[in-house]
This record gives sequence, C-alpha cells and structure tokens, in this order.
Amino acid sequence: MAWDYSEKLKDHFFHPRNVGALEDADGKGEVGSIACGDALTFYIKTDPQTHRITQATFKTFGCGSAIASASALTELVLGKTIEEALRITNQDIADYLGGIPQEKMHCSVMGREALEAAVADMRGEQRAPEEHDDGAIVCHCFGVTDKKIERAIRENNLRTVDQVTNYTKAGGGCGACQAEIEAILNRIVEEQRRKPAPRPAAAGARMTQLRKIALVQETIEHEVRPVLQKDGGDIELIDIEGDTVRVALVGHCAGCMAAGFTTGWIQDKMRELVSEGITVVVEPPGATEAAS
Amino acid sequence: MKPVYLDNNATTAVAPEVLEAMLPFLHERYGNPSSIHAFGGDVGRDVERARERVAALLGAESPTEILFTSCGTEADSTAILSALEAYPERRQLITTRVEHPAVLSLARHLERKGYEVVRVGVDRDGLLDLVELRAALSTRTALVSAMWANNETGVVFPVEDLARMAHDAGALFHTDAVQAVGKLPLDMRRSTIDMLSLSGHKLHAPKGIGALYVRRGTKFRPFLIGGHQERNRRGGTENVPGIVALGTAAELAHRHVAEEQTSVRTLRDRLENGILERIPDAIVNGHRERRLPNTSNVSFEFVEGEAILLLMDQAGICASSGSACTSGSLEPSHVLRAMGVPFTYAHGSIRFSLSRYTTTEEIDRVLAEMPPVIARLREISPFSRAHPVPDGPATCPTACRTPKD
Repeated sequence: MAWDYSEKLKDHFFHPRNVGALEDADGKGEVGSIACGDALTFYIKTDPQTHRITQATFKTFGCGSAIASASALTELVLGKTIEEALRITNQDIADYLGGIPQEKMHCSVMGREALEAAVADMRGEQRAPEEHDDGAIVCHCFGVTDKKIERAIRENNLRTVDQVTNYTKAGGGCGACQAEIEAILNRIVEEQRRKPAPRPAAAGARMTQLRKIALVQETIEHEVRPVLQKDGGDIELIDIEGDTVRVALVGHCAGCMAAGFTTGWIQDKMRELVSEGITVVVEPPGATEAAS
Repeated sequence: MKPVYLDNNATTAVAPEVLEAMLPFLHERYGNPSSIHAFGGDVGRDVERARERVAALLGAESPTEILFTSCGTEADSTAILSALEAYPERRQLITTRVEHPAVLSLARHLERKGYEVVRVGVDRDGLLDLVELRAALSTRTALVSAMWANNETGVVFPVEDLARMAHDAGALFHTDAVQAVGKLPLDMRRSTIDMLSLSGHKLHAPKGIGALYVRRGTKFRPFLIGGHQERNRRGGTENVPGIVALGTAAELAHRHVAEEQTSVRTLRDRLENGILERIPDAIVNGHRERRLPNTSNVSFEFVEGEAILLLMDQAGICASSGSACTSGSLEPSHVLRAMGVPFTYAHGSIRFSLSRYTTTEEIDRVLAEMPPVIARLREISPFSRAHPVPDGPATCPTACRTPKD
C-alpha cells in the first residue's frame, strides 16, 4: 500500500537526524520488538547544571514513519527540560512531521513511550523489560495492555476500535480482543459523559471572554465531540466573537441532512453550559482551511 | 532514468502489440458483438479469435471452454460459487492457507454463511501438506481450490496431483493460475483440472480482463446472471477491447513461454545469487526449485520491508514486500506466516518479480543499489547480528506467530 507521507515526514525518513547509540547516555529507553514489526531505542543526555536535554539519539527498526517519528522526537526534545519533554504528546510528534497517516499513528505513540522509558531509566526507575506498564494484557498479538489503550483513547480522543488499532496496534492481529477494546472505549466514553459538566458561571459572577472561551472549548470537548464522533463526524471550533460561536462540522456531519438539527442541539448545549445568550453559527465546509 | 520494474507479479506493462490490437475497439470498431448487423457481428469474430488464442495458450481442447471475466477475482468467485451451487449436497470447500485474498476472503465469507472450509497448510518451503489435504477430503467436499503458483514466493503446487486427489473424493478441482499462466507451459488437454482462473494484467494485457477455463462437461452455474453472452454463462456486454487485448497477450505469451525457463530464470538467478553474495543475513523464502522462474522472495534480517521499498523507490527500483507496514495490516504476509518464516525475517521480505522485458543491465543496477540500501537501514536498526535478541524491547507472545487464515 502506498502511504500518503508528507514532505517533512519523507525528509526525516530519507535524512534521519541524530541516528545512533549514545554511549554515555543518561537515559536509554527501549520499546517495541522485532516480532511486532517496529522497535525503538531512544537515548538522552542532559546538562547537569541546567537539566536540559543536550543530546538525543535513536535507533529504529521499522517502516518509514517509525524512523521519521523517532528522528522528529530527537529534534523536539533537544534543549527542553525533562519536565517539558515529558509533556510532548504523540500528536506533537505527528504535527511536527506535518501529519502521519492514521494507520501509522502507533509510530508516534512508540516515540512518546520510548522517551518516557528513557526518562524512567535516567531516574533509575525499575521497569520490567518486557512490560511498558503494569496493566493487564488485552491484545496478546502485540502485547498491549489496558492501561496503554486507555491512555491512547483519552489523550487522542479515540472513539472507534479501528482508531485504537491505528494508535496502539491492539486488535490488529487476530482480532480476538476487539470486543474487549470496544468495552474499554464504551467505559471511557460513558465516564466522560458522566463527568460533572462544566457549569455555567454562577449568577452574578463575571463571565470574561477568556472564561467563555474555556467553557465553549470544554463543552465541545466533553459534550459535543463524543456524540458526533460516535456517528463518524467531528466538530471544529473556528472562532468566538462576543456571544457568537463559529464552528465547522466535519466528516459525516458536514452536509448531513440532519446538520440543521445538530446545530440546534449544539446551541442548546452551549446555552445550558456556557451562557444563555450564545448563538451557534455553522460555517460552510471548507471554512476551516481558510480560517486555519 | 527509467525505473527498474521488478513488480511483475503485481501487474505488468501492456505489451505494445497488445495496445495496438485493442485500440481500434476503443475507437471506430465499437460495435456490440451481439448485434445482427455486420458492424457489430464482425467485432464478435474478433472476440472469438481472442478466445481461440487464450484456449491455445492453455492447451484447451475447445475455445468454448474459455469464459471471459472482468478479472482474476471474478474468475475465482465464479468457479468456487459454481461448484458449491452445482453440488448443493456437498457443503465443504477445501483450499490452502496461502491463497490470494480473492479466494481466502471468499472462503471466510462462505464459512460465515454456513459452509465448512478447510485451509490446508504448507511447510517451511511453502510446499503444500498433501497428507493434510488427503485427510480433509470426503464425500462432503464440493471443491478443492488451490493456486497453481504463489504470488508472493512463486512456489508451485502439484496441481495435477491435487486434481486427482479431489476427483478420487468425487469433488471438483479449481486452480487460481493467475501467476502461472504465461510463466509455465500449460496443457489442459493432458490435465484433469476442472476450472482454472487467469488474469490479463499479469501477462501484459491491461487491467479489467480475466478468464475462467471450464472443462467441457463440468457442471456450471453462472455467477453474473444477465444476457445470453458467453453462452449464457456470464451475463454482461463483453469487454471487447479487453478481450482482444487478452487474446493478443495470450498469443505473445504462448510464443515466449519458453524464454521464461531460460532467459527470465537466468536473470532471476543472477539477481538472487548476487543479492545473497553481496548482502549478509539474507534468506530466500520458498522452495528454490519448485517455483516460478520469474519470482524471488528475499528476506533481509534486522530491517523492515516498507523502509527498504522506500529507499529502493528513491533509487528507481520497484518491488513489493510482505511486511506488515505495506500490507495495510499490522501483521506480515499470511503466506510467510503460514510457512513459519520467523518474524525477524518476515518483516524484511522483498519480492522481486521479473518479466520477459527485464534486462541484464537492470538486474545489475539493482545489484549495485541493494547493498547500500540494506546497509543504511541496518545502521539505523537497533538489531544486528551482534545484538540479535534485543536486551530490552518487549517480545511478542507466541500467539502472534500463529497464522490465521
């Protein structure tokens, strides 16, 4: 299958940065295995005074996007403190490369894991070599634990089993664990739904524009998006002007017959959870590209 | 520079003679072969001439044994579904673990619909387990469907023996010969195979045309039900340009089939031996003798197939891989897994497939380009002969080594 790789990703594959083992590394993280089809060893070295990462190198067994992800990660962590580096998400790696095909997102997840393993090694934390965490194995084909699956779901807002497979490989072998993944997904979606919704600002409290933006974002994240994604769609926040919230519907939602109904429902949610005066305006498809 | 195309098991270049032969039928000779008027009727004669040429390539007794289809997959589906429908009291289909998805996916579909499916395994060389096949055959067996030659490794199955075994149990025998036709000499007059599938674009005809050979006297039920075309065995207006193209391609293949065993094989061996000499930790997948003369499947340890292909592509070489990352799934090729090729090798497998148009210069160019490609990736890889077993990364449980269908 020919993948649609971005120019930046190709550049990092054809000219990977910082390849090699680092003999005097402070931390060395190893994840994946040759049997699973990709593996990454990540090395970091920090400055004892500033605690910033001064050197980061890698060795990868894997496809084009696995090599490019590791290369990108070395550039991302250089100059950062360990705390800053640990805040790098797999999405940051994907973004840095100008995007990674969905089916290959597990390459970026592997990068993040290797970084964490290297930091753990640096801090002298003991980790069983054959386990990334102490969760229970869900996918026996690729040795993926429930903890790893949960984390990928939460961090990347995953909604389907296919997405979980793309990000973690779980379920991509014999497929026997797909029902179990589905159950984890349902549990997390349910949890997020039950989570105390952001309440409207208490009567009389001042609703600053900043607070309004935060509430709109929270409402989209916890109330609107999960529902739309269940139907294969999604929503993007474009802008907030006064009480007007401009959004775009993507995927199945865009141009859908029920779009008008959806808009009304989103507006009701906003009025309930943000402010009574909110008006939701749905921009025509394509408006997002122009706006971003 | 023109790329070196060594992916002929995926698809082939349309031969210049083939293109020339089909063009009039896309232009001024657009008539419908079913028409009464001469304008259409004449086209019908070209269709019949193409049928004769395909029959000649297969060594078929009669051109009426050739049924044109839209592709190899349609031919496979037609054959398998026909056999099951013609023998409704027999509810079992026997096939192999290494078939093309055209057969394997249909088998899984039939299984879900209540048919019994047996998938016979292969050994480390890719050779079929005849004992397992014999044990599976019974009066419940409607059809045995086994490929003539494997698309990934080129391994050839003893189809004549398989046909006899199937017949002994009163079952029909079908072979997906998409990779064999044009590469091996065929003689259906001296065979007992009941049905055989072929695909045009694997033998220098364009995509969109295939054929099914149905031995005279074989019970047959149509797959596409419609008009009276193909003697009521396949409805739908004939793909005349494609059929004419396939006829010409068959005629060319018939004329050149001997070269496959001589010049093509010589070039393949030059490539394969050259790679094994120049690159350490490389192995050939599939039996070295019992295979197609144009195919070489080589695994490079410690590196991954998609990465190899991307670097080869940059060097102007086209091939394919059985690695997980190129198959669009997360596991390496079902063929290599069925053979029990260790995962350390399966992920780094590259299939080179030549054609009669491949030249010595091209092979030598590949031999010059491959060693640095592999060396470069091995430099990036955390694994090597010195570190074959990683001292950290997780090892997959054995479950993932067991191939599924």
